[in-house]
Amino acid sequence: MPWRLLRFALSKHHPEGRMFTPHSRLKPHYDVVIIGAGGHGLAAAYYLARDHGITDIAVLEKGYIGGGNTGRNTTIIRSNYLTPEGVRFYDESLRLWQDLSTDFDLNLFYSNRGHFTLAHTDAALRTCRWRAEVNKHYGVNSEVVDAAFVKRTVPMIDLSCSGHAPILGALYHAPGAVARHDAVAWGYGRGADQRGVEIHQQTEVLGIEVQAGKVRGVRTNRGNITTGKVLCAVAGATPRILRMVDLDSPLYIHPLQAMVSEPVKPWLDTILVSGSLHIYISQSSRGELVMGAALDPYELHSTRSTLDFPEGLCAHMLDMFPFLSTVKVMRQWAGMADMTPDFAPIMGKTPIEGFYLDAGWGTWGFKATPVCGKTMAYTVAHDHHHPLITGFTLDRFRRYALTGEKGAASVGH
Amino acid sequence: MKIMTCPINGPRPVSEFVYGGSVRDMPDPHTCSDDEWAAYVFNRGGAPGVKREWWCHTASNTWFIAERDTEQDRVLRTYLHGEEG
Repeated sequence: MPWRLLRFALSKHHPEGRMFTPHSRLKPHYDVVIIGAGGHGLAAAYYLARDHGITDIAVLEKGYIGGGNTGRNTTIIRSNYLTPEGVRFYDESLRLWQDLSTDFDLNLFYSNRGHFTLAHTDAALRTCRWRAEVNKHYGVNSEVVDAAFVKRTVPMIDLSCSGHAPILGALYHAPGAVARHDAVAWGYGRGADQRGVEIHQQTEVLGIEVQAGKVRGVRTNRGNITTGKVLCAVAGATPRILRMVDLDSPLYIHPLQAMVSEPVKPWLDTILVSGSLHIYISQSSRGELVMGAALDPYELHSTRSTLDFPEGLCAHMLDMFPFLSTVKVMRQWAGMADMTPDFAPIMGKTPIEGFYLDAGWGTWGFKATPVCGKTMAYTVAHDHHHPLITGFTLDRFRRYALTGEKGAASVGH
Repeated sequence: MKIMTCPINGPRPVSEFVYGGSVRDMPDPHTCSDDEWAAYVFNRGGAPGVKREWWCHTASNTWFIAERDTEQDRVLRTYLHGEEG
């Protein structure tokens, strides 16, 4: 190797920055233990450290950072939900997203695309109108557009969908965006790490000690920890953690699958969703088409994908974009979505003192990452619900006060 | 392709079946408390394991019970309601 290059390798002037500090052992006590180093858990750690001055935190992760649903979603960010609780919550999230790259000093590839929810039936168009009105009332940029507008924006689309399901109009949400999902976990993780939070990967929680209705500690495969506060942010593994503390919940787990095509020239600069055809599609900055569909139809605790999935998804995709028939599918995968009966999350305090839940994020968790982190950090720090999450608490089911968020992804109307 | 065995029609592709949720015992609505009723209506045993579930073979409209391992993705056995053996 020429000396000119080698001296850079030996020089200490430009050291390679590490994203995370490795920690060889767990301390015996932490003020807060967060289970799950995905976007939500790391965001909560970040805001606890940054906004509430709590830095004695361990984030425990069974696998690796962002390896769960954070790295398995289709990266869509939007706030055109249906209930006032949902719209307010996701809109705050969208605002946080917009300057997150600056906050982290890390490029999240946040890309504002515009988001269409296509309506193929009168009923779907009516729901679009309903959503648009709720959205506008809360100041969210959202409107109903006609089929000609869709065609102008996406010239490649077959508006008749091969004659099966003609597109009548759409809900258009201009702030809809995509971002690089693993960078979100890394950004929050690095920010938390720099403020003194310990992130422990390959650390599985085996049990949670509860005495007299209060959290006392956590047992892991790397030793025991005492703590008074545990935040559980583990998406599809939530029922397993709840079993450790003997809590029942309405959560049920269905796999949600997605796939990407080979990279092709840029031709789609918006995000398209069709409830009737059960598809959503966007094109990544690398040129891959990122595609998803509805939940798998039965309960399963597995992240294996199936062959039925691309078969069904491709059939619907070709209804809308017949020219894609020669494009190949490159990868497919699945995540475990933790679903709730009203399609709203379960957040906040539980009957066990010091045990906080951030779950039920099913098919809609990625876009909520920043605001979940922020509101859960507030809730953990003050042991008091943040005002934005009071509609999402676990005890709403006991009170029959469901939230009814049918603006969620892959939910039919 | 995943295969499920209908107690009437034998092994068929899983796409011919519809999942009907887990088999659950309803508490007596006249005597149970509001909390018990809410727990029955909403709560689910969401953790992985072997579960008893309702399934329907849609081609023949046969409802039956399947015992399924939701972690391993295996159907252990299927039988008609009341014919558990």
